[in-house]
Amino acid sequence: MGNKQTVFTAQQLDAYQDCTFFTRKEILRLFHRYRDLAPQLVPLDYTNQPDVKLPYELIGSMPELKDNPFRQRIAEVFSEDGEGNMTLDDFLDMFSVLSEMAPRDLKAYYAFKIYDFNNDDFICKADLEKTLNKLTRNELTEDEVRMVCEKVIDEADLDNDGRLSLEDFQHMIVRAPDFLSTFHIRI
Amino acid sequence: MAHSVNFDSNPHYLEAGIESPADEEGVHNSFNQLIQEQSHDLRRQSQDIELSQLDLEEESRDNVPYLAGPAHSRAALPEDHRQVDPLIGERWSSATLRILSSMPSRTIGRSRGAIISQYYNRTMQLRRRRQSRPDIRNFSRSARPSIRGYGVESDEIDGEAIKKERLVNNLQNLSASDRVRMLKGMPLHLAEKRELRTLASKAGSHSSVLNQIPCCSQLKYYLIIALRQGWYSWLSFLSSLQLWQIALKRVSGRFGTGVVSYFVFLRTLLFFNIFLFLVTGLFLVVPQAVRPPVFNHTSDGPSGLELITGAGYFTNSLMYYGYYTNSTLRKSCRSETSLQAVNQTSCEKPLSYNMPLAYFFTIGVAFFVTCLILVYSMSKSFGQSFCIIKSKGILAMKAFSSWDFKVTKKTSIVLQSENICTQLKELLAEVNHGKEKTTALERILRLSVHMLAWTICVFGTVGCALGVYYFSEYMHKDLQDRARSTDRSTRSMLVKEASLLALPVVVSSINLLLPGFFNLVAWMEVYDSPSVRNYVSIARNLMLKICVLGMLCYHWLGRIASDPSSLGLQCWESFVGQELYRFLLMDFIFTLLDTFFGEFLWRLFSRRVLKRKRKPVFDIARNVLELIYGQTLAWLGVLFTPLLPAVQILKLLILFYVKKTSLMMNCQASRKPWRASQMTTIFITLLCFPSFLGSAVCVTYAMWSIKPSKHCGPFRGLEKMFHSGKKWIDELSEADPKLKWLSGLHSYLVENPLFLFIAATVFLIVIYFHTQVVDGQRQIISLLQEQIENEGEDKKFLITKLQSIHEQKKPFSPRRIRGASEDSSYS
Repeated sequence: MGNKQTVFTAQQLDAYQDCTFFTRKEILRLFHRYRDLAPQLVPLDYTNQPDVKLPYELIGSMPELKDNPFRQRIAEVFSEDGEGNMTLDDFLDMFSVLSEMAPRDLKAYYAFKIYDFNNDDFICKADLEKTLNKLTRNELTEDEVRMVCEKVIDEADLDNDGRLSLEDFQHMIVRAPDFLSTFHIRI
Repeated sequence: MAHSVNFDSNPHYLEAGIESPADEEGVHNSFNQLIQEQSHDLRRQSQDIELSQLDLEEESRDNVPYLAGPAHSRAALPEDHRQVDPLIGERWSSATLRILSSMPSRTIGRSRGAIISQYYNRTMQLRRRRQSRPDIRNFSRSARPSIRGYGVESDEIDGEAIKKERLVNNLQNLSASDRVRMLKGMPLHLAEKRELRTLASKAGSHSSVLNQIPCCSQLKYYLIIALRQGWYSWLSFLSSLQLWQIALKRVSGRFGTGVVSYFVFLRTLLFFNIFLFLVTGLFLVVPQAVRPPVFNHTSDGPSGLELITGAGYFTNSLMYYGYYTNSTLRKSCRSETSLQAVNQTSCEKPLSYNMPLAYFFTIGVAFFVTCLILVYSMSKSFGQSFCIIKSKGILAMKAFSSWDFKVTKKTSIVLQSENICTQLKELLAEVNHGKEKTTALERILRLSVHMLAWTICVFGTVGCALGVYYFSEYMHKDLQDRARSTDRSTRSMLVKEASLLALPVVVSSINLLLPGFFNLVAWMEVYDSPSVRNYVSIARNLMLKICVLGMLCYHWLGRIASDPSSLGLQCWESFVGQELYRFLLMDFIFTLLDTFFGEFLWRLFSRRVLKRKRKPVFDIARNVLELIYGQTLAWLGVLFTPLLPAVQILKLLILFYVKKTSLMMNCQASRKPWRASQMTTIFITLLCFPSFLGSAVCVTYAMWSIKPSKHCGPFRGLEKMFHSGKKWIDELSEADPKLKWLSGLHSYLVENPLFLFIAATVFLIVIYFHTQVVDGQRQIISLLQEQIENEGEDKKFLITKLQSIHEQKKPFSPRRIRGASEDSSYS
């Protein structure tokens, strides 16, 4: 190889390469992006797996996420503690799922969790309302929001329990080919 | 209940009366848990009540935010210990809620255990698909209650550790690439995936070696490992190239997925051309360049016009067909100067290179490989974007898949929100009021407007095609006259070269102006949806380009090739190659001009003069069709101009940067929705079908039916170009009589049209079978949907039944419950 990098051991890089959709070079590049968020907190040597967590404010200030209305949910879903504070593993995980090569099922799973604001494993009406308000920046009237929510549940709910389970969501995503190209962040 | 509930997903085994454990898959063990708990509940009631009290306190803390809006009002009573479940809106006791919350479908997303068991099942399926059935003892006995067997097989309630162990065991027994793919696709945290990987590979190294040693030898095993490492490093190198990654990121950040797809398409075309260039360069250009043929050059030096016309100084250069020799290049000791044409046979080395054969096969193989790559990417793209079922979930799809996460610029995000808002409002209006009932009169009016627009467009297209036909005929005559005239002055030569440019200029201006005209015509039409409008404009543009290209092909292959001597041409192929070069170049120049005038000046004009704030919008469809047209020209020209892919590469590189700069400076994001993946599929299909197929047909026609020129090129002296292959096989069979069957085979397969006919028929039959399969799958999907609905009904029924049984068994009053809770809180 000849790459004289001292950030990770070779086994670590192999493990990252096998568990994410990134190659070695991209993993190193992402590590440096992670480190650039807080150079004083993140050490340059990850061989002994230091326990470093960056607070949500730093993650949310990345240019790729800065103005995204769902950035808080994204950070919460991918962080281990559920609060948005991310370790390097969480960071890599997040961008791996949001990369081009992630398969549809994996993306659908995480998209479901992102849109599930109250973490009850179902997208209920309240979740949908929040999603719509974030999508349209509160420009729709309450009536319109309510009607859209009803329609959406009507269309997508297969087992008629009044809200969307993961299977309903995945079934709907299969019919939306654009999902793969829109649920994608370039880093 | 009237429903016949069928838990057994495999009716075949139901009939056969066999329950093979190997087929009980995809079942969660916790269903068994449900049944067990329920039977426990019925027996131990007092404990149940205690537990239910504790749970109550717990769940009253948890459940409150779960309650949806309308349920809130009903759950207002604080003394009522029952909570409202959004499932039916009935009031459930907390015991039921506890059961509900540990139901399989509700634990999928939540617990790691459920994910692990799900992936255990998937790895088991994968193992079965990859090899013969794994050992029976590797399967856990299913705990699925079947109606037929009343016995619920009591499985141990597996702890998470055991499930994990089983998953690791399965992972070990998969091949390395399968394992990696499984790992990457698991929705677990990265740290857990790494742990699984470590566990799987630690023990796996023993078992996989043990598995492989019997069938392969040690050497082969190491060879496979080495190849795999090599493949990974090659992939890593490829992705590290990351051409234009940052540029694409900036464009997508500002404009979104639609516009980026144009640039991605451009990059794809670039790679196709690089491949073509490498193949022709390696096998044609380099051998010929090393052994240049002897030419008596005309005394003309290079004048500036060559770059545009491709003629003049370039005529007898590596660029064109005419330069290539028809002999076998040998590494001989022939001296360079033409004075001593002495063949020193003693120096002949065995390294020989049969140029005509190389030419023929290189072009053939390049086209064949390009065809394979195109068909593969087209089918992959189709697979992703083609929905088997007609989607009725438009609003749902809009809500969940329309937000483009790539967009990062603040103004673009605001614009995107506005777009989504508008689209949602439109969809809502459509859904609420239904399709407006257009009166018959309105429909007739619309139809007539459509017909009028199409008539105008068709007439425009036919008019332009005829124009190209007559103009090319006129230029042909003009060229003939000039060839006959004896005026050899420099000025007349320059005028002659310049007149060659007339036809390309005319064609390029048609390509530039007419699509704009079609867009104007389309303004007056009313369409149901913006995507239909897009398709119609693409269709019209395509029709125009196909007609014009068809006329040009007739002009080159029909007129020029049939009678080259009237134009004074030694080498009609070089002339056609030059024509293609000129067309490519003119197309490029006109695209640049269009970018400059259409975007830059238009923006200034609309700002200053029209005082509008809106910048022009990047017309994706039109630009992509321009790219496809240019690529068609390049493919047409490879036979006559082996270096044309290099010109195309340069052109694409420059075009990328020009378009990107112009885009960033002058354009704004579109307000109309653009379904990126469908459009990408359409563009790849257009690249494959009219574009590549058309050029392949033309090239095949040129090789099969047209007589090559007698005085130049690698096929001089032959009757048809493909005879070079026949000649080589004849030579082979003469040299070695044992190979006579080869020539027999060749004449049978290649020259006999019956073979092609049979191949085409088989192909069509296969396509028909596949469409039938797709239809069958559609039916299965609708059946499964029905089944899911039925299961949902069953679930509701069972839960209500359980609840009512539960209530019957413990008819306690609320007061006693409260008393019991006080007791339990002390204990």
